[in-house]
Amino acid sequence: MPFPADTQNKNVEIHEKLDREYEYGFVSNIETEVLPKGLNPDIIREISRRKNEPEFLLAWRLKAYEAWKKMKEPHWAHVSYPKIDYQAIRYFAAPKKKPQSLDEVDEEILETFNKLGIPLEEQKRLAGVAVDAVIDSVSVGTTFKEKLAEMGIIFCSFSEAVQDHPDLVEKYLGSVVPIKDNFFAALNSAVFSDGSFCYVPPGVHCPMELSTYFRINAAETGQFERTLLIADKGSYVSYLEGCTAPRRDENQLHAAVVELIAHEDAHIKYSTVQNWYPGDKEGRGGIFNFVTKRGLCEGKNSRISWTQVETGSAITWKYPSCILKGDYSRGEFYSVALTSHKQQADTGTKMIHLGKGTTSSIISKGISAKQGQNSYRGLVRIARKAEGARNYTQCDSLLIGHECGAHTFPYIEVKNQTAQVEHEATTSKISDEQLFYLRQRGLSEEDAVNMIVNGFCKEVFRELPMEFAVEAQKLLEISLEGTVG
Amino acid sequence: MNVLEIKDLHVALSDGEGRPQTEIIKGLDFVLPKGEIHAIMGPNGTGKSTLTKVLAGHKDYIVTKGSILFLGEDLLSLDVEERARKGIFVAFQYPVEIPGVNNAYFLRTALNNIRKMRGEKELDPIDFMKLAKAELKSLKMDPSFLNRSLNEGFSGGEKKRNEILQLKLLNPILAILDETDSGLDIDALRIVAEGVNSYHTKENSVLMITHYQRLLDYIRPDVVHVMVNGQIVKSGNAELAVELEKTGYEKFAS
Repeated sequence: MPFPADTQNKNVEIHEKLDREYEYGFVSNIETEVLPKGLNPDIIREISRRKNEPEFLLAWRLKAYEAWKKMKEPHWAHVSYPKIDYQAIRYFAAPKKKPQSLDEVDEEILETFNKLGIPLEEQKRLAGVAVDAVIDSVSVGTTFKEKLAEMGIIFCSFSEAVQDHPDLVEKYLGSVVPIKDNFFAALNSAVFSDGSFCYVPPGVHCPMELSTYFRINAAETGQFERTLLIADKGSYVSYLEGCTAPRRDENQLHAAVVELIAHEDAHIKYSTVQNWYPGDKEGRGGIFNFVTKRGLCEGKNSRISWTQVETGSAITWKYPSCILKGDYSRGEFYSVALTSHKQQADTGTKMIHLGKGTTSSIISKGISAKQGQNSYRGLVRIARKAEGARNYTQCDSLLIGHECGAHTFPYIEVKNQTAQVEHEATTSKISDEQLFYLRQRGLSEEDAVNMIVNGFCKEVFRELPMEFAVEAQKLLEISLEGTVG
Repeated sequence: MNVLEIKDLHVALSDGEGRPQTEIIKGLDFVLPKGEIHAIMGPNGTGKSTLTKVLAGHKDYIVTKGSILFLGEDLLSLDVEERARKGIFVAFQYPVEIPGVNNAYFLRTALNNIRKMRGEKELDPIDFMKLAKAELKSLKMDPSFLNRSLNEGFSGGEKKRNEILQLKLLNPILAILDETDSGLDIDALRIVAEGVNSYHTKENSVLMITHYQRLLDYIRPDVVHVMVNGQIVKSGNAELAVELEKTGYEKFAS
């Protein structure tokens, strides 16, 4: 019998590894208080009442609800999914015990976050990252709050901000993503239950990375959190966001809104490692991640950098964008998006150049494996008054195997002749010869794939804060397990 | 002890689905005793590079008959990486480029992998850099080599030197040099040859695959084999290479 020079039994091994379960798929036994499924003005009033919200906010929610009712779910993205029944979703679930301080946080919740590798208790003592943890859209604990307050930095849950800083909330909420912006943003505006809030006063350089971990726990529940981050003149803040969810056979909707405002000379660095449950390999279950993220470079010389590593979710639909309003402001977008098995991602950015001398750069790395479909969609718009604006876009796709797809949809609109716009795109495959070379040097096939993928993502990973870069690399390795063979 | 023992080897190119197509190696017998340097010479398309790939375990080539023993052990049942870890190293004719992968990181990962197999302590980045820099110096390579992406944008000569750098660092039992002399100028050839000679010991063996006698002026083989049409047709001492250079391969082709 002829036998190939390379043995076949590796395939068996790889297929076993394929069945490796999503690591964060556990469900925590936390007592939750829920509202009935479905959406109507009464539910919205009830959410608002339970959260003891000021009148303006309830009015704002109801206005959003009215707008949403008239809007249609968008279907232009290069993704397909079964119809979502918005009346079958629960719009409010919250851990029952409302903690007054971190010491009172439910044991189970702390246990959940420990499983996720974010020891809140430890965080309190160890220098480094200040964490706000949001479970089922309700914030359960914010570390380092007092320390930050001494510098005038407000970092708290959105609900707390509504109670303690209603003026700031009223001023900025919806100023970057208006309620009618899109279907999912309108829905979020109507029903959001919590999220994170941060304000950095003028001239303050936030000394630590601020971090929020989002966790969906309850079943049949949508997660609608809202993040609002304001960097006042000359300030700097680096903000990290991580997400996980339990394994469930049904799809769950996550429709978040993130608004960033950078005033003159301020710099906001916003990093995301998104690892929502992607569904099983047949495509059952998983999170629908329909998120609106937008930053406004309001002042002169302001700067907003988005860095994202997207490995989770059944469907990802998100375009972290920058409106470059202030003269000489700068927008950056660094993205790694990985789709494996039946995952679909349609992600990219919008850079809207309004001010003079504004610059933006976009580095997008898409990785597709198994039957994964990965689309980059980006808009670069140079407005009439954006004298001397510049954009550089680099958009690379890496294919692993032959069942996956990579797609690129760049849109460029230039209305000022002095602008310079560059776009580069490549599509490559991990070649058998690359794998053979690395394996000939003693690397296992999986290590070889990881090494090639990490090399491919290098330009993005180096934008991430150190701990996150390590986590992102690990996450990619886990997501890629068993994709070659 | 023989490092390699090849008996009646038949190899065909795979059709991509693991089925044999055209036969390239047609009944090859070959023995390489430990510590020796052998050269296989022959015209284009005679199966020399195929032999290299088969020894390394490339999946595009299917062994249809015969056996290969490496230090007395069946080689054909082993994966590519298992063969590498047991001590087979191929210096490739055309090393592939791997964008974004830092050369030093790659070299250290590969070295530590093999050290672990041998039961040796893994090297931390500082110890590794010391070792790598010493080897770079002996190959007259600039230290900036380590910070570049693996083979990316390297000239032909730089790629070959990088292969020899790996050979020196990984210190395998058997080094297979596939047309290592091609594309090298005289100075680079000398440096590469010195690298190979300093690798070679009583324990380490070398198998050179080449068209030309040129390389053999710098690396003296114990035995020269002539390969024509998928078989070894003649073996002799280093003088055979000189003779070949004069007469060509024609007379062996019948």
